[in-house]
Amino acid sequence: MEIIESDILIVGGGGAGLRAAIAAAEKNPKLKIAIVSKVYPVRSHTVSAEGGIAGVLPNETSANDGDSLEQHAFDTIRGSDFLADQDAVEFFVKEAPREIIQMEHWGCPWSREENGKVAVRAFGGMSVKRTVFAADKTGFYMLHTLFERTLKYANIRRFDEWFVLKLLRDDARVTGLIAMDLRRGIIAAFKAKAVLLATGGAGKIYSFTTNANIKTGDGMALAYEIGVPLKDMEFVQFHPTGLPRTGILITEGARGEGGYLLNKNGERFMKNYLPTKMELGPRDIISRAIMSEIKAGRGFEGPHGAYVHLDIRHLGEKLIDEKLPLVREVAKDFEGVDPVHEPIPVRPVAHYFMGGVATNLRAETSLSGLFAAGETACVTINGANRLGSNSLAECLVFGRVAGEMVAEYAENNSVAINLSKDEIAQEEARIKKFLSHEGSERVAVLRESMQKTMEEHAGIEREKSSIQAGLEKIIELRKRAENIGLVDHSPIFNTEFVSALELKNMLLVAEAVLRSALNREESRGSHMRSDFPNRDDERFLKHLTLRQAQGDTSMVTTEHPVTITKWQPQERKY
Amino acid sequence: MAAAGTQILVKRYLSQSFYQTYEIRFQEDITVLDALNCIKAEQDPTLTYRWSCRMGICGSCAAVVNGKPVLMCQTYLGNLKQPVKIEPLRNFPVIKDLVVEIDDAFEKMRSVNPYMEHMKKKALEEGEYEQTPAQLEKLKQTSQCIKCMLCYSACPVYGFDKNFIGPAAGALAYRYNADNRDESKKERLDTVIGEKGVWNCSFVGECSNACPKRVDPALALQRLKLMGSLRLVTSLQ
Ligand SMILES: Cc1cc2nc3c(=O)[nH]c(=O)nc-3n(C[C@H](O)[C@H](O)[C@H](O)COP(=O)(O)OP(=O)(O)OC[C@H]3O[C@@H](n4cnc5c(N)ncnc54)[C@H](O)[C@@H]3O)c2cc1C
Ligand code: FES
Repeated sequence: MEIIESDILIVGGGGAGLRAAIAAAEKNPKLKIAIVSKVYPVRSHTVSAEGGIAGVLPNETSANDGDSLEQHAFDTIRGSDFLADQDAVEFFVKEAPREIIQMEHWGCPWSREENGKVAVRAFGGMSVKRTVFAADKTGFYMLHTLFERTLKYANIRRFDEWFVLKLLRDDARVTGLIAMDLRRGIIAAFKAKAVLLATGGAGKIYSFTTNANIKTGDGMALAYEIGVPLKDMEFVQFHPTGLPRTGILITEGARGEGGYLLNKNGERFMKNYLPTKMELGPRDIISRAIMSEIKAGRGFEGPHGAYVHLDIRHLGEKLIDEKLPLVREVAKDFEGVDPVHEPIPVRPVAHYFMGGVATNLRAETSLSGLFAAGETACVTINGANRLGSNSLAECLVFGRVAGEMVAEYAENNSVAINLSKDEIAQEEARIKKFLSHEGSERVAVLRESMQKTMEEHAGIEREKSSIQAGLEKIIELRKRAENIGLVDHSPIFNTEFVSALELKNMLLVAEAVLRSALNREESRGSHMRSDFPNRDDERFLKHLTLRQAQGDTSMVTTEHPVTITKWQPQERKY
Repeated sequence: MAAAGTQILVKRYLSQSFYQTYEIRFQEDITVLDALNCIKAEQDPTLTYRWSCRMGICGSCAAVVNGKPVLMCQTYLGNLKQPVKIEPLRNFPVIKDLVVEIDDAFEKMRSVNPYMEHMKKKALEEGEYEQTPAQLEKLKQTSQCIKCMLCYSACPVYGFDKNFIGPAAGALAYRYNADNRDESKKERLDTVIGEKGVWNCSFVGECSNACPKRVDPALALQRLKLMGSLRLVTSLQ
């Protein structure tokens, strides 16, 4: 088997991975940096992010409404239902503005005020306007700017369309990974001093999701399988406004610019739930409000389920075309509705993973040399509910930290690494066997059952017996997945094979979500237990983590305290 | 609509190429990508194509449908003549079925140095470089490129001359040269007016017709030619 050597391996070419690569390259131009990504970096899911990126720009640079770091921190912590680690949040809000300006210096075309300064818009749960944007294609512009920037550095080498199969470690630290070159159909081992996981979220475990096809939680599964714990997995964010047929997102920016949510009686129903914030409340509260309206019979009935209206007609064609062009584009293309003339049908949709690979402020995991950043990581700044536009900022802030950390780690650890030949041979044999295996189960069938199960048992509202039933189904599906047979036996660009591996990763993540959901007997942020409707700080002001038991494959739960610096938990009032 | 079957004809390739016909239930409001996903899940797991975002922004799902290069996730069955014929992008080597090798086009993009340079760097604490909405407008159109490579598939020149930098790389060069904040315009222009550069573009405009994001690479190339001529003239003086 081919062995490819580098100093640093970055798995993932989305916002977090590319930001890390640039940080490492700038820190030390001598380091050999490899980016391994299952899609071309510009195809990564960051490209779909729409609304914006949060950060308190200093007064001299922008109209900032008298904003402060303190306020951004408090909004984030209150939004998290007091589960965020406050030291992480303080660091995050301090660094976010620098990263936004850095992106500008690299050419990212942020939308502007007439005077040439960077513009900001309102976003849910943010008490003032502090979300910087590039029309409503923020993630697209960020990702392409970052990608183009990476082309400048001779020491960054890309391995596009390589699928990472397994991480390698010895007793003390990470040593590399094994990946498949999808185009050539060959397997290779990568050897490196430090590895960064920047593999994104896992929204595809649900059937109704805003997430792209590639968001299958691979990094979470890869980390878990070499003994690194996952944290806060019960917290999955449901975005209030997805298009009913496809789940495609209508950005919160639409409400940020002044859009209304209306029920079937034409009422702005948020006045009954959150009168001080109306449509600009945090996502967990708005998603639950929409579900209550629908339950009470005040939603519209449609072929793809019940929905409510998002109305932006009053903003006018000019503003819509200037600031929300993608909203108009996707509503027309994918729902057949022109929002300039008609309200947009929307309903809550699975969107974002607050939980993930447990890391600290320096992006370190529990395994020496292994780091994680971006949506796949859990630092945690998002706690039980992320505020919109914080996650792109998180990708940049902790992507940069991770990039500097992997560079430093590689510089300081020059001990020779030995990859275990046996392990590599075993993995190669396993993959070859799987490719030719004639099992009776089909990927598509199992995937659909998993997604249905998660919709039914791990949705916006949860309850003990239902979670338990869901867990049993997922465990059963994991067993059946061992007997997947492929119809496509070719090693070349075998997307059926990739889907099978992704499915196994998703099933692992799904089990983790359900286990943690079962363990958390309270309601906090996005995790709503109808059998425990209140927040219970006494028992649950803490993080739940899951790790693989030694010797068998069962999941073990441990608990970790929440770091509180300045803001004592209080009732979450708006 | 009628529940009658519709025929989908896919050009397949692994070690040799052939057309395969699939039949699915016709639905007006599904896309070509939905149709392929349905075939892959229910009839033939070996059918191979790229996709991810299914919302026209990641640029993965490019193919030639009924003779036209399009994004499959944005192309509705209801608007197509039947049987629907799906083929891989032209002008690129085929790897498998609809998956083609596009590394060459990505390398072309790298060749135009698509990143911003400043002579005198501002520190981050000094804030942003200013850009008015009017200045932003100048790069808006070309900055929309999603690198889906439909334009390379449509380009007759790239078809026979692989040295030509091609439409998207030209648009990308223009995007940075149209940006008031960038200060490496001359160097970039020099790279695109060299022999592999922009001159071969015959301005047929097929690339602009194919672009799903209305980038108009043909116009960008035309403008680069103009800038290039001016630069050549001034450098002779
Ligand atoms: C529709 C939508 C809109 C959003 N809008 C906003 C917004 O306006 N503001 C905001 O702050 N946040 C937004 N978010 C959230 C935000 O976009 C994401 O959290 C963020 O982009 C994640 O970036 P990432 O770098 O962590 O991962 P991604 O961009 O998902 O990249 C993951 C990378 O990992 C690679 N990878 C994964 N698995 C493997 C493997 N096994 N082998 C090799 N490579 C692998 C992939 O190829 C990819 O390059 C939005 C999310 C969605 C779904
Ligand atoms: S799937 Fe992303 S553009 Fe079509």
